Amino acid sequence: MDAALALLGEHTDAVVLAGGQSLLPMLNMRLLAPSHVVDITALPELTEVSVQDGRLRMGALLRHCELASSQLIAEAAPLLREAAHHIGHPAIRNRGTIGGSLALADPAAELPACLLALGGRVEIVGVDGKREVEAADFFTGTFETALRPGEILRAVEVPVIDPGYRSDFSKLARRHGDYALAGLAAHGRIDDGRVRDLRLAFFGASDKPVLASTAARKLEGAVLTEANIEAAAATLGDDFEAIGQPGCGAQTKLHHCGVLARRALSRLAA
Amino acid sequence: MEPMIDLSITVNGGLVSARVPARQTLVDFLRYELELTGSHVGCEHGSCGACTVRLDGDIVRGCLVLAAQAEGAQVETIEGVSDSGELADLQAIFHERNALQCGYCTPGMLLTAQALLAGNPAPSREEIRAYLSGNYCRCTGYQAIVDAVESVAASRRGEIAS
Repeated sequence: MDAALALLGEHTDAVVLAGGQSLLPMLNMRLLAPSHVVDITALPELTEVSVQDGRLRMGALLRHCELASSQLIAEAAPLLREAAHHIGHPAIRNRGTIGGSLALADPAAELPACLLALGGRVEIVGVDGKREVEAADFFTGTFETALRPGEILRAVEVPVIDPGYRSDFSKLARRHGDYALAGLAAHGRIDDGRVRDLRLAFFGASDKPVLASTAARKLEGAVLTEANIEAAAATLGDDFEAIGQPGCGAQTKLHHCGVLARRALSRLAA
Repeated sequence: MEPMIDLSITVNGGLVSARVPARQTLVDFLRYELELTGSHVGCEHGSCGACTVRLDGDIVRGCLVLAAQAEGAQVETIEGVSDSGELADLQAIFHERNALQCGYCTPGMLLTAQALLAGNPAPSREEIRAYLSGNYCRCTGYQAIVDAVESVAASRRGEIAS
């Protein structure tokens, strides 16, 4: 790690290779032309997974296929396990990593939204030491994060799911494995039929993963009836600006988000 | 001058040492340096699956791994897997069922189907479609490919293939 950080300090346009499933396409298509690629994939300390003090800690190089198959993660953060199945294709999941996905911050990516829904944080190292950044502060825009030049995202932490909490992951795409037209990572507690502490994180909808805070506030303590769900879904446009893409305009995106919210909340209520 | 990296890997059971350009992808190395042209280069950005090879037992995109990253690894290509007879039944059924026409996607289809069946001996048609969704075929329309994988799964389970 020290050697990797030194290289990043020395070559200011160097890029970090964590799994390469987005970096390599960019290099192949000549969208990036860094002077150096710093390959961190052989650093063993970045693949560790553990649960300590109620938090699940995952090394940045944990691969999507491991996220999908780990029993520990299935129990501690079922949302991550569910999301991992939706990332790309099997051969991609065999190489792509959680740290790579978070550091890239593709607005259509699954894991950034999961981190936001779970209230997780990332651990970042640089030559001056380490720091932790909450998910809500980490994603700042399209392919933009709080990572500073020369830093490496080392680990990811999320709270272990508490009894009573439920997660729901859904994604709309034209074909299995495609990038999301819109997606939703939902997490919350159902207490005596009433919803508490709901977090709805949408991806593929705006310039970064976004929390629907108004909808969550509206539903706090409410029973998830059809009318309540409908009223909450109608407020999504207040919380983020939907950004369209070719073949799916902003209005359609927002519509898709409403559909996902209604479906997810109905499942949480069931 | 282009930066070069010394590489020592095992390809289809044989040890290979080479000096490769730092930016060369694994699939280009296999094709240009070792003349293993069964792995195809379609899209070069991870969408089509034609370049699928095995790296330490896992299927990967040969275009999304740098050759230099395979240092010390075991690489298997369709040539090695075909010669060993490991998926001879799958190849025969692809032929019988017309699950290939031009053959461009076939090496990737076979390696991906084999990976599916290794982990799931009785996949549904939906599961086969989902697993193969990262492998594009521009000829057959997929129906025959799904038929072939379904059929070989049944025959490997000792059931009569329908």
